[in-house]
Amino acid sequence: MKKLSPIDAMVRSHRLRWWEALPWLAAVAGYFLYPDHLALGNQIFVAVLFALSLDLILGYAGIVTLGHAAFFGVGAYTAGILAVHGWHEPMTALVVAGAIAGVVGLISGLIILRTHGLTLLMLTLAIVFMLEELANKASWLTGGADGLQGMSVAPVFGAFRFDMFGRTAYWYSLGVLFVGWVFMRILVHSPFGRSLTGIRENVVRMHAIGTPVRKRLVTAYAISAVIAGVAGGVLAQTTQFVGLNVVSFERSGAILIMLIFGGVGRLYGAFLGAPIYMIAEDELAKSDPVYWFFWLGLLLVLVVMFARGGVLGVGEQALRYLRRKRS
Amino acid sequence: MTPALETRGLQKSFGALRVAQDINFALEVGARHALIGPNGAGKTTFINLITGRLKASSGRIMLGGEDVTSLTQEARVKRGLGRTFQINQLFKGLSVLENVTLAIGEREGVAGDMFRVAGSHRAVVEEAYALLERLRIADEAERTLRELPYGRQRLVEIAIALGLRPKVLLLDEPAAGVPSTESAIILDIIDQLPAEIAVLIIEHDMDLVFRFAKRITVLVQGAILLEGAPAEIAADPRVREVYLGERQHG
Amino acid sequence: MDQVLSSIVSILFHGTAYAMILYIVSVGLSVTMGLMGFANLAHGVFAMAGGYVTVTLMNGYGVPFALALLIACIVVAAVSAVLERMLYSRLYSAGELEQVLFTIGLIFMATAAAKFVWGPLPQRMTVPAIFRTELTFGTVTFPAYRGFILIAGFVLVALLWLAIERTNFGARIRAAVDNRRMAQSLGINTGLLFTMTFALGSALAALGGGLGAEILAINPGYAFEHLVYFLIVVAVGGLGSIRGPFFAALLLGISDFACKYLIPEFGAFFIYVATFAVLLWRPQGLFGRA
Repeated sequence: MKKLSPIDAMVRSHRLRWWEALPWLAAVAGYFLYPDHLALGNQIFVAVLFALSLDLILGYAGIVTLGHAAFFGVGAYTAGILAVHGWHEPMTALVVAGAIAGVVGLISGLIILRTHGLTLLMLTLAIVFMLEELANKASWLTGGADGLQGMSVAPVFGAFRFDMFGRTAYWYSLGVLFVGWVFMRILVHSPFGRSLTGIRENVVRMHAIGTPVRKRLVTAYAISAVIAGVAGGVLAQTTQFVGLNVVSFERSGAILIMLIFGGVGRLYGAFLGAPIYMIAEDELAKSDPVYWFFWLGLLLVLVVMFARGGVLGVGEQALRYLRRKRS
Repeated sequence: MTPALETRGLQKSFGALRVAQDINFALEVGARHALIGPNGAGKTTFINLITGRLKASSGRIMLGGEDVTSLTQEARVKRGLGRTFQINQLFKGLSVLENVTLAIGEREGVAGDMFRVAGSHRAVVEEAYALLERLRIADEAERTLRELPYGRQRLVEIAIALGLRPKVLLLDEPAAGVPSTESAIILDIIDQLPAEIAVLIIEHDMDLVFRFAKRITVLVQGAILLEGAPAEIAADPRVREVYLGERQHG
Repeated sequence: MDQVLSSIVSILFHGTAYAMILYIVSVGLSVTMGLMGFANLAHGVFAMAGGYVTVTLMNGYGVPFALALLIACIVVAAVSAVLERMLYSRLYSAGELEQVLFTIGLIFMATAAAKFVWGPLPQRMTVPAIFRTELTFGTVTFPAYRGFILIAGFVLVALLWLAIERTNFGARIRAAVDNRRMAQSLGINTGLLFTMTFALGSALAALGGGLGAEILAINPGYAFEHLVYFLIVVAVGGLGSIRGPFFAALLLGISDFACKYLIPEFGAFFIYVATFAVLLWRPQGLFGRA
C-alpha cells in the first residue's frame, strides 16, 4: 500500500480505525457474558465517561485538577433533586444536569484559570471541599450525609423501566457513554482540540502565535464540566441514589488514578484505566480493603516512576520498539 | 510614511532596576534593522515589551500607527506581529508539520473550530507543508520535533513565525545555538524574506549584522546609545568602546 | 456578657492550640515546597508516623513523653531522608501531576500499613502527668496541656525564624529558595541541602504529630483527613516562608474552631470560601514571593 503524503496523513488522522470498535463490542458482549455483573458494568461506563471529561482538561489541555468531582457531584445532585421533586423523565433531566454542571464549570473556570501551578491546584481542591461541605450541610435539599433518597426515575423513552437487575441501566449508561465518546472524539480531532495540545506543550509559543489561551482553556474546562455532570447524572439516575461521595476529594483522586493507569491525553486511556481499576477494586477491595489500598498506592508510585504514560504509553513504546526492529 | 513599528518613551522597571529607559524607536515598512549591544543590554527585554510578554511601566507601542500598548500578546499577533525566541519555543511532542499547522490555523482563525475536521483544515496543512518545502525541511514533516537536531528545530521556529504572515518580524538571535555548518540556510532565509515585511533582528554575530542590516541600533543598559547606517556604527568609537569594554571584562 | 467573653476566650485559646499543631506540622512542608518546588501531599504521613511512634513508645514501652517525642523525630527524619534520596529526588524535574500522584500513592501505602500494624481505631494519648491539670484565668479554665502546646508553637516559630535568618544553614536555604541555579553556581550543594531540609521538615511534622496527638487524633486516615488543612496553611501562608504559615495557621485554626462552634450548620464551608478568596487575591500567599 502506498504511503500517505504527510498532508494526507494529517488530514485523515481522525478517520476511524478498526480497533476503535473493540470497546463497544466488549461492552455488548459483557451484557451477555456477565449478566450478574450489570451493576458493575454500569459503574464502569459512568467512570469511563467521567474519566473522558477529565482527560479533556488534564490530558489534552494540561491542567492539573484535584477537584473534578465537583462537577460530577453537581450533575448527580441536580439529576437526583429533579427526580425527587417531580421531574421524572431521565433524558431531559440529564441535559439539565449537564447544563448546570457546565455553568458551574464556566464560572469557576473564569475565576481560577487566571492562576496556575500549585495555586490552581489548591483552588480546585477548595472548590470540591466547599461543595462537599455544602452538600453535607444543606441536608434539607441533598439528604446530607445520609444521601438523597426518594428518587423516582421514569422509564427511558417511556418504555424501558429501570429494573432491579440493572438491564436498562446498563444500556442507558452505555448509550450516554457512546454519545459522549462521539462528541469527545470529534472535539479532540478538531482544530480546537489540537490547540489544547499546543497549550499543554508550550503555552509561551501559543501566546506568540495569537492564540486566545484563556478563552480556549475556559471553554475546554466548561465542556469538560458538562460531560462530568452528565456522568454524575447518569450515576444518580441508574442507582436512584446520590451519596456525599459523589462530590468528594476521594472521587477526584480515584478518577485521576484511573486515567493515569490507562494513559492521559490519548482518548482511550479512560477506556482502559476505568475498567481495570473498577474490576480490580471490585475483586480485591471486598476481600481485603487494606491489601487493595496498599497495592493501589504501590502501583501508583511505580507507574509514576517507570510508566508515566500508563498502559497506552507502555503500549506505544512497545509498538515503536517493534517497528524499529522490523526496519 | 507611518512606521510599521514604533515605541515612544518606552520604560520598564523592576523595582529600582530599570531595564528599559525611555526608548524611542521606529521600524519602517520593509526595514532591515539590527539591534545590537552587549550582554544584559536589554535587547530581549525590549522584544518582550513589544510583543506584550512583559508589560511596560510607561510609554507607548504602536503597530502600523495603532496604539497597542494595552493589548494582549494575542491581539498584537493578530495585528501582524511575529517573533522567534532566543531559545526555541516549540511543541516538542508534536510533529514538525503539526507545529507549523498550529500557527497557520491560528492566523486563519480556524484554530477554535470544534466540529470541522477536514474541509478548511486541508488548506491550512497544505500551506504549512509548502512553507516547510521552502525552508527545505519538508522531508522531516512527520518527525516528532524533539528528534530533530537543534539547528533544524530552529528552522521550524522560523517557519512558525513566517507562517503567521507577519507585517513586523522580530528575530531574537536566529543563528544562536546553530552550528556554523547549518546556519547558512538560516542566513539564506533571512536574505529572502519578503520585501514588505519589516524585520528587526537581534544578533551578536557582526558578520551577519553587516550582511543583513541597512540600519543598526545600539542598545546599552536599556537605553539607545546610537542609531544609524552600518558604516556610521562601525566607525563610531563609542560602539567599539562598549564592545571592547565587554571583551576586556569577559 | 461574661458568657460571651468566656466563649470568645475559649475559642481563641483552643483555636490557637489547634493552630499551633497545624503550624508545627506544616512549616516543614512550606519550606520544602518553597525550596524544591515539590508538591508533597504526603507530608501528613510524617506527622502521622511521628504520632504513632510517640504513642507506641509511651503506651507500649513506658517511655517518658519528651524522650518518646525525640525518638520519633529522629526516626522519622532518618526514614524521610532515605525516601528523599531514593524516590523524591528522582521526581524533582517531573511535572506537578507526577508529584501529586506519587505522593498520593505514598499516602495510600502509609495508610494501609498503619491500619495493618495498629488497626483502624485512633490511638489513645496519655497526657504526661505534669500537664494533667487545669489552668484558670478568671471564669475560664483550660487544660494545661493545650497551654503547653500554645507556648511550644510560639517558641518554635521564634527559633525557626532565628535559624533561618541568622544561621549559615538558613542563609543557604533562603538562597536556594530564591534562586536554585544561582545557589548552585555559588557552590551550595543543593542536593545535600534538599535532603537535610526535607529531613528537618519531616522531623518537625513528626513533632507536630506527636505533640498534637490529643488534638489531631492519630489514626490510619490521618494523612488524608488533614491534607487539605495542611495545604491551606502552606498555600495561604506562602511557600518557602516561615512566618507566613504561622499566621495562616492562626487564621485557619481560630476560624475553624469558631465556625464549628458558633455556626455548625455551615461547618467548614466558610473556611474554604475564605481560602478561595485569599488565593485569588494573592496567589503567592500572604507572605509568599510574587
